[in-house]
Amino acid sequence: MVESEFAQLKERFDYLSARQSVDHSAVDCPADKLVEFCTVLRDSLGFDLLVDVTAVDWDAQSPRFTGIYHLLSTTKHEYLRIAADCEDDIKPSLPSLCGVFAAANWHERETYDLMGIYYDGHPDLRRILMWDEYPYHPLRKDFPLAGIEVPLPADDVAEATGVAVSPAPMMGGPFVSSADGPMSQTEPSARDESWTEQEEKPTE
Amino acid sequence: MQNTNVAYDSKVEGEIIVTQADAVINWIRKHSVWPMPMGLACCAIELMAVGASRFDISRFGMEVMRFSPRQADCMIVSGTVTYKMAEVIRRIYEQMAEPKWVVAMGACASTGGMYRSYATLQGVDRIIPVDVYVSGCPPRPEALLDAMIKLQDKIGRERSVKNLTERNAKPTKEGSLALAGAGKES
Repeated sequence: MVESEFAQLKERFDYLSARQSVDHSAVDCPADKLVEFCTVLRDSLGFDLLVDVTAVDWDAQSPRFTGIYHLLSTTKHEYLRIAADCEDDIKPSLPSLCGVFAAANWHERETYDLMGIYYDGHPDLRRILMWDEYPYHPLRKDFPLAGIEVPLPADDVAEATGVAVSPAPMMGGPFVSSADGPMSQTEPSARDESWTEQEEKPTE
Repeated sequence: MQNTNVAYDSKVEGEIIVTQADAVINWIRKHSVWPMPMGLACCAIELMAVGASRFDISRFGMEVMRFSPRQADCMIVSGTVTYKMAEVIRRIYEQMAEPKWVVAMGACASTGGMYRSYATLQGVDRIIPVDVYVSGCPPRPEALLDAMIKLQDKIGRERSVKNLTERNAKPTKEGSLALAGAGKES
């Protein structure tokens, strides 16, 4: 976005503040003004496509959760990133954008499923990837990558097979590739090979 | 003079072959496997290649892929099995007509593969008995065909009535399946 346009935007909506960004323009917007701001962006500023809805978990900080929205103007070919902090750290919530962009529906369900952000006014806020009874939000920082043991979603299958959702074996993992060097030398590999499924992980 | 010859006289009763019931039944079964393509991820693309003309699974009499478990007897689990999907796979397996076999195609179906994660079942053999495992990510079509040939060999060695005698797989105390007649291979 051109600097002057951005200044105009800030002048018109005094609650906005610029947000640091390495690629596209980005603004911080208070959660309660989000719907109003996005409606104006869509109707008079040409940002007609909602590309992504996601969130950031800042772990120990407060506010802990920040909702992120990516908008695209298909006429000006510009992206705009909007960030809105959730006031409540325990039960974070944001206003739903379903009334402004229909595309927000499933994106907000996904963010609710994986990050546990409640979207007020969402017509059908159910989990979309994990099963309905799943008790956790797996992309939160306090959720272990291997998972937490819970029963299988189907009781009869669990009874017939004796299987539960159990933490994945993380022997030597997580498997990460280093960012530098040619691709042939950056295959994902185990960082920590000092422990196996037979030998316990050494405590620090 | 009493006839002590118990062998079959083809000059009297025509040409037939004497054999064992198991040999005949298994010979028929192994050349008319009806696969159920349980395509879950990228392995299913290689499975499709196996069905297409270049690799041509019909050379082995297995071209009749059925998407209905009622009409299939060999489930090819091709792809990542999530915990959410595990229930579906188990139900489809239970609906298949016996005798039935399972091929775990690729690293994910066999062990969970690279998905050491909260969402992925670490090997489909935790919920259904697997007959043949195929390595690869994804396996080449030749590898799947090799596995199907191994499955044919296995069918040929089985007792043809094994499903009538050992049909109920019960979980053991350790939580693993007592696999009904399904020894692990390859």
